[in-house]
Amino acid sequence: MNVAATTVDAAPTEKTLLQKIGRMARRQPLGAVSGIMILIMVLVALLADIVAPHDPLKMNFIDQLAAPSATYLLGTDELGRDILSRIIYGSRTALFIGFVSAFIGATLGLVLGVTSAYLGGWFDLIFQRIVDIFMAFPLIIMALAIVSVFGSGVGNVIIAITIPFIPKCARVVRSSALALREIPYIDAARACGYSHVRIVLVHMVPNVMAPYLIMVTSFVGQAILLEASLSYLGLGVQEPTAAWGLMLRGGAEQFFESAPWVAIFPGLAITLAVFAFNLFGDSLRDALDPKLRSS
Amino acid sequence: MLGLRALTAATVGAAAVLAAGFAAADGHGDKPKYGGHFTYVIPSKAPPSLDAHRETTYGVIHPVRPYYSTLLRVNPADPSSDVYVCDLCLGDVPEPTNGGKTYTFKLKSGVKFHDGTPLTSADVKASFDKIIFPPEGVSSARKSFYMMVDSVTTPDASTVVFNLKYASSAFIPALAAPYNFIYSKAKLDADIHWYEKNILGSGPFILDEYQSGAQITGTKNPNYYLKGLPYLDRITGVFANKESIQVQALRGNRASAQFRGFPPKTRDDLVRALGDKATVQETDWNCVLLATPNHSRKPFDDVRVRRALTLALDRWGGSEYLSKIAIVKTVGGIVYPKSKLAATKEELMQLDGYKADLEASRARARELLKEAGIDLSKTYILNNRAVDQPYKVVGVWLLDQWRQIGLNFEQQVKPTGPFYASLREKGDFDVSIDFNCQSIVNPPIDTSKYLSSDINPANYSRVVDRKMDELYNDMLLEADPAKQRVKMRTYEKYVLHDQVTQMITLWWFRTTVHRSHFKGWKISPSHYLGQALDTVWLDPDADK
Repeated sequence: MNVAATTVDAAPTEKTLLQKIGRMARRQPLGAVSGIMILIMVLVALLADIVAPHDPLKMNFIDQLAAPSATYLLGTDELGRDILSRIIYGSRTALFIGFVSAFIGATLGLVLGVTSAYLGGWFDLIFQRIVDIFMAFPLIIMALAIVSVFGSGVGNVIIAITIPFIPKCARVVRSSALALREIPYIDAARACGYSHVRIVLVHMVPNVMAPYLIMVTSFVGQAILLEASLSYLGLGVQEPTAAWGLMLRGGAEQFFESAPWVAIFPGLAITLAVFAFNLFGDSLRDALDPKLRSS
Repeated sequence: MLGLRALTAATVGAAAVLAAGFAAADGHGDKPKYGGHFTYVIPSKAPPSLDAHRETTYGVIHPVRPYYSTLLRVNPADPSSDVYVCDLCLGDVPEPTNGGKTYTFKLKSGVKFHDGTPLTSADVKASFDKIIFPPEGVSSARKSFYMMVDSVTTPDASTVVFNLKYASSAFIPALAAPYNFIYSKAKLDADIHWYEKNILGSGPFILDEYQSGAQITGTKNPNYYLKGLPYLDRITGVFANKESIQVQALRGNRASAQFRGFPPKTRDDLVRALGDKATVQETDWNCVLLATPNHSRKPFDDVRVRRALTLALDRWGGSEYLSKIAIVKTVGGIVYPKSKLAATKEELMQLDGYKADLEASRARARELLKEAGIDLSKTYILNNRAVDQPYKVVGVWLLDQWRQIGLNFEQQVKPTGPFYASLREKGDFDVSIDFNCQSIVNPPIDTSKYLSSDINPANYSRVVDRKMDELYNDMLLEADPAKQRVKMRTYEKYVLHDQVTQMITLWWFRTTVHRSHFKGWKISPSHYLGQALDTVWLDPDADK
């Protein structure tokens, strides 16, 4: 009789997703806060048409540079456009560019990094030297060079941000994959006659997902900052598209003294978004690190 | 011998009168002071070349003009007038002979280039031949201004004769263009491209050093032919493309002037910060921003679509609102609004896009788009230049205006090089921002911008319309000012209303702010003028 009861007690309890999130929130309170901030940002971006109080492109010249008020909660810019609405729509631009370039950059880096580790030899040697060349350039310089060649616009900004991410992720993932390569199950897969592509994609890639996820998260914050930087320099998305970096140039520089809200609120939006993604990435790293997890 | 003495005496006398006139003309009535090192900001990147004959940008005039002479110049004492004075020529601007077809210029004697070689009529002829009749492979930006010139001859070393094909009131203003630097014939003969990378003139300052895109420094020319000038010992032009840097340079007294102009808000900030240590000068500007439809692309080859574009623009409202934030202000037609040849407000209001009832205009625009079968879900391309003032500000305004009749445009902002490549070679735009900025106010020549593209390649709309060209020529050859004004209206109506080959947005408004210790400089309707810097001086007392 006691056997059955003992069996039930010994079986591990399957936790629900909510319970898992609750446990992570308790262990990583900053991560939870940043997660909530990211969630709000994503929701605001998705529901911009509903939550934005005004048309972000509409110019109301009678209300040029209006201070924050009940009508315009964060004031208006020099063309009379509502800053809050532009920040809300700007989150779409920031998150779209951030997620797309981080995902593509990290994924390509993942595949190339694992392939490099798996194949080794000349391929690894040459590929790593190429990675060295790319990593010798600061992120912004590389992005500037690329956007200078391809031109401005959302598509080209994504390319400009994605390319520098590839070698960064490839280098990190390769170091994890090098250890994997020596584990006998890879030899077993080879012995079974599986193709290189299958071994890399099916047997190795899933085992380096932890560093990959951490890289993706940190890349999103970096991509948002890069997009804002490129737009601020006039090389990113162009007016009248609502974009945070773009909101910081032109009128924001000219009217900063008399209408500081034109620069402060877009700057705050960039700061909070980057802060949230970086914090979330750190928490994710801590959560996925077996050493930290066991302690 | 007696003749030479008399000539020398006349030169010195004329120069003294000119110098006294310049000094007396200073708004403050101060006595000019000698000496000092004047630093000014050049709001530009390095110019593509140093040869003003081939360039169109103020980026070459502001740094380089003080090192050169010209045959004629706008009167620096009254640069807003259409009065021209001799620079290298002697006495007054000559009256034409031979029924208005011959102009004979006597040159000042003893003028030397900075390398010590004498400047003669051969140098003047070589320079104008390069401008008017450039050999193959040599670019001359304003060649079309001199369509009336048949030949340039030099009967002797101090005489230059311009022989015209027909009498033209546009000739003398064209000759006074500040780009017409007089170069050394010897240098041009050795290498006609020499002046693209080198500076050697006979102007008030001698070049010390040029660091491309950084700064240019010169020292007073002790042998300058206008005796008593220049007042300054030394000048330095510092390249600073970013407005915030220009403003900080003025506020911090690291520079005394910026000659292009500032937007109204910057003017107010500088005045607030500097008080009476800042001097503001303002005037209408002989510069206009255009919206140029690409006639080689559908649907902008359809006059109904072009008419819809111009009908959508609230120019009168835009003037009021944009003038608060940008260097544009005046509503006008194709002629500089302060010119006698310009349209009055009543005349303008007869044209589509200028009428009082904006809503009716926009309703008509929507009808025209419907008639033309325009797909309103499509996004068109507006080509724009990556310069905030006023290009990007006006570009955003245009997008908003066209959105109100249902047309969606995406703005493609490009640096100057790629922007011009799109305008000139690629033609990869539906509508482009374009500009018509001229130095001397010379409407018959300035409006050549709107001639068919095969006649004037500076018309980037790719339009070919012989009726329009005939209307222009008819106006150009008209000698009677009143009749010329009427013909200008006909030409203007054809360009802006009948065919809408191009669209005028707003004319620029020039506001300069300089430190009050910088004296003797007067604003003009062009940022290309008043850059010789021989009649300006510094008054350190003004800072006390």
